Amino acid sequence: MELGLEVDDSRSPYTVLTVKGEVDVYTAPRLREKLVELASQGKHQIVVDLEAVEFLDSTGLGVLVGGLKRLRSNDGDLSLVCTQSRILKVFEITGLTKVFTISGSVDDATAA
Amino acid sequence: MIQALELDVPARPEYIAIVRLVVSSLASARRNLADQRVDDLKLAVSEACTNAIEAHAAADIDEPVVIRVLEADERLEVQVSDSGGGFDPDDLPRHPPVTDPERLNFERGLGIPLIRTLIDGVEFINSDKGTTVRMVFFGGPAGDTGDETSEILRAVLADEE
Repeated sequence: MELGLEVDDSRSPYTVLTVKGEVDVYTAPRLREKLVELASQGKHQIVVDLEAVEFLDSTGLGVLVGGLKRLRSNDGDLSLVCTQSRILKVFEITGLTKVFTISGSVDDATAA
Repeated sequence: MIQALELDVPARPEYIAIVRLVVSSLASARRNLADQRVDDLKLAVSEACTNAIEAHAAADIDEPVVIRVLEADERLEVQVSDSGGGFDPDDLPRHPPVTDPERLNFERGLGIPLIRTLIDGVEFINSDKGTTVRMVFFGGPAGDTGDETSEILRAVLADEE
């Protein structure tokens, strides 16, 4: 199972990370590594696009929470793009909709 | 109850996607469950398997994790059994409120609350051999009208209120 991770730097000051596939305990470490890599490159305004994610469990949530903490400690932010009800549900159940800014499109997330 | 499936899978992360696929395919094909409920089942099974695999890794155990799927007229039951050291599901660390900045210090511990929310009935059974998570979904065999299922589900929800 492959996890697709594509970085788009064309929307400065934002970096858009598009995630494709299933995020679980097997694939989540790759997402964590990518977020750490981007932060270490000084990219502190990251938009994670989850529209092509087919499955996300608590391991994936943990990685996103860790990424948000890392970026906020650098005066940055990690926001999400997600309209899929089955993925949004995971954030809603855990209360994390109050922690993350969740937009309906990459355009909306990078409009500010 | 009739056992429909037993899987012995190596306790390694790369096998969880296979377990999700097999269990959700069986549920879709054989039970009267809405797609949304199959998604709930997938997520709960993934969480239980993740905990089982991490328990084996923590205790350096090279035994497989065992997944059983059982069926009865009105319900489907998935059991995930590990050989780890066990844990008390009622004694998990509490997270700060989501509005508290300290909440960001907790990347883990969301799996059990998710299972409890998604599943109609869940039981954690600890023994000398490890932990078994029993997860029950109400939903009749495929082809049912679903009316009976709704009655059962309504009764369960009413009990919880």
